[in-house]
Amino acid sequence: MADRNRTPAPGGEWTTVIRPRTGWFDIDLRELWRYRDLVGMFVKRNFTVLYKQTILGPAWILLNPLITTVLFNLVFSGVAGLSTDGTPSFLFYMAGNTVWTFFASCINNTANTFVANSQVFGKVYFPRLTVPVSQVLTGLINFFIRLAMFALFWVWFAAAGAPLRLTAWASALPLVVLEVMPLGLGVGISVSTLTTKYRDLAIAVSFGVQLWMYVSPVVYPLSTLSESPRLRALMALNPMTAPIEVFRLATLGSGTASVGGLLYSLAFTLAALAVGVILFSRIEKTFMDTV
Amino acid sequence: MQQASERRPVIEVRGLKKQYKLGQIGGGTLTHDLQSWWARVRGKEDPNTVIGTDARLFGQTFMALNGVDLTVYQGEALGIIGRNGAGKSTLLKLLSRITAPTEGEIRLRGRIASMLEVGTGFNHEMTGRENIYMNGAILGMTKAEVDAKLSQIIEFSECGDFIDTPVKRYSSGMFVKLAFAVAAHLDSEIMVMDEVLAVGDMKFQQKCLGKMSDVAGQEGRTVLYVSHNMSTIRQLCTRCVVLDKGRVLYDGDVEQAIALYMETTDVNVVHYDLADVNRMTLRSGDRLRVETLDFVGKESSIFADNEPIRVRFTWRVSQSFSGVNMKLYLHFNDSSLLGITHPVDLGPAEPGRLYTTEFTFDAHMLGEGRYYFYLDIFDGAMGQAICLDKPATEFAFEITNSDLSISQWEAEWGHIYFPPVKLEGTKAELPV
Repeated sequence: MADRNRTPAPGGEWTTVIRPRTGWFDIDLRELWRYRDLVGMFVKRNFTVLYKQTILGPAWILLNPLITTVLFNLVFSGVAGLSTDGTPSFLFYMAGNTVWTFFASCINNTANTFVANSQVFGKVYFPRLTVPVSQVLTGLINFFIRLAMFALFWVWFAAAGAPLRLTAWASALPLVVLEVMPLGLGVGISVSTLTTKYRDLAIAVSFGVQLWMYVSPVVYPLSTLSESPRLRALMALNPMTAPIEVFRLATLGSGTASVGGLLYSLAFTLAALAVGVILFSRIEKTFMDTV
Repeated sequence: MQQASERRPVIEVRGLKKQYKLGQIGGGTLTHDLQSWWARVRGKEDPNTVIGTDARLFGQTFMALNGVDLTVYQGEALGIIGRNGAGKSTLLKLLSRITAPTEGEIRLRGRIASMLEVGTGFNHEMTGRENIYMNGAILGMTKAEVDAKLSQIIEFSECGDFIDTPVKRYSSGMFVKLAFAVAAHLDSEIMVMDEVLAVGDMKFQQKCLGKMSDVAGQEGRTVLYVSHNMSTIRQLCTRCVVLDKGRVLYDGDVEQAIALYMETTDVNVVHYDLADVNRMTLRSGDRLRVETLDFVGKESSIFADNEPIRVRFTWRVSQSFSGVNMKLYLHFNDSSLLGITHPVDLGPAEPGRLYTTEFTFDAHMLGEGRYYFYLDIFDGAMGQAICLDKPATEFAFEITNSDLSISQWEAEWGHIYFPPVKLEGTKAELPV
């Protein structure tokens, strides 16, 4: 809420004008930037609080994807015998899992923004977006830690002579990271605005995210669907298909990715983020009246 | 009064209104259906048929603030007083941007640090020091600004020895001290406080009031202070506003404001409709709801001190209770709490019935003057005391003197007439 006062008042300009909620896009990004220290502290708190008084502490960041990968490896490759495109199945699942966990955490940790913070939001003002933004930044740090673990396993497998190759798609990796985060943020904060009215939605979210994983190429490669063009077209609509496939193509040398698919996914991300921020800005000023 | 040209307005409120919807909040029918459907799925009762929100009231609106105009100048310590439901808290919430107004405008010069509750944003797992930074950041300070004030904050909080201990190990007193210290040392131009000094010991309370006076008087910052405690209003404030029914009833001298505030108790009301009034605590009024309260057989609620106060109230429940209990909170006119009555068991209650409870209250120990009470209904089953309903309505009454042996009850005699002391005897001895 910048100064929109035109009549000069004695004693200098007004610094803040509070008015009824107006317009569609009413979020002050400069204000968000002024509160960057707060974002940093929220990130730090997210770590501190999560791992205080736990036995294994921050080791959970690595244990979680490690156990999931081993489990996927056992169930989907070992029991179900799903193809992994000729790459070592362990790395295949770890790659998919690393990207997916990042995305899922972005949604799950922002989807309850209003409800989880209603106590604080009801008593003190600060830009509400600082909370979901700090959550996805926390997710980003976790992602980098897991990426480092993935790199270690990659080197290990490569040294053992596995057919791994980095492709030119590796240059698109930063783009993938930069995309998954705002996509998760956009979806998450959209959901968070709805949970102010329907608390139950929060329960549905983690379930929905799990379902979403199975329609994303996490436990199977997109190439397995090559005989079924209809399923494949459906998969192409999923904005998470491209990032995961690009990640695998870049790091493992196998995957189905196209520039078009990536562009579609990017466009989807921008749209989701825009919708999320607009919904968020509409609800953040009056949600205390409904919670 | 200073000249207007010298005084710099820092807060300007114009035509401020805030509207709340009564009853269940929700959009169209589809959303309601979805909610009801969800409730059925989970085997809960339909949230859209909460007791007390009968169809007539549904969707009605209520103006918490109904056109407030106010200008606050730099360096003022402005007190805001009013009965519960007068709009004080709503005004502070709008000022501190927790919710947006329905109409009107607020203009501010400078940053606002609001303390509507003690220790908001404190994380129990983090240490005192970490929380200082966190709270500072929430209130809009940068890390560098907190760094510069850190030693002052720690010193003021008197928590120096425990500053690196997680605050969950703090006593409630230490908690308050630390929270207040952070808020008081912010570089904000405007400070907003809502009843935060009610907790904490007297000594620290005085220290806080002193600090706030300094903040306003010497540092040139502006303080807005809401309290039910008139003595702290007297001590701190240089100007006072009385709010009543969402409007400014009076704005000016502190003593006159307090006098006016005391007069706002209405003893001509003998019937109260409570189905749609505010509740004192969160969730109260959900499972049990008091609907009406009457002073039985009276034209006005003025009682002689030997006359029992007869009260009848009606209530409903939405689930069965094995033991519904009640007690009264008795207040003097200036909001000071005199005490509570011993709890009384009203017995079990089942949904689908309208209960009527009648009780008498013996007021012979009260001195002449105006009083009010709050009604508190709570679940007393299994030794617990969970508040079921506490309407934010003050049931006012006046006590007049009927004892002719005392000509007039003097204000300096206090409010309670104690029985005479029990004499153990008087001996007369000659000096040894």
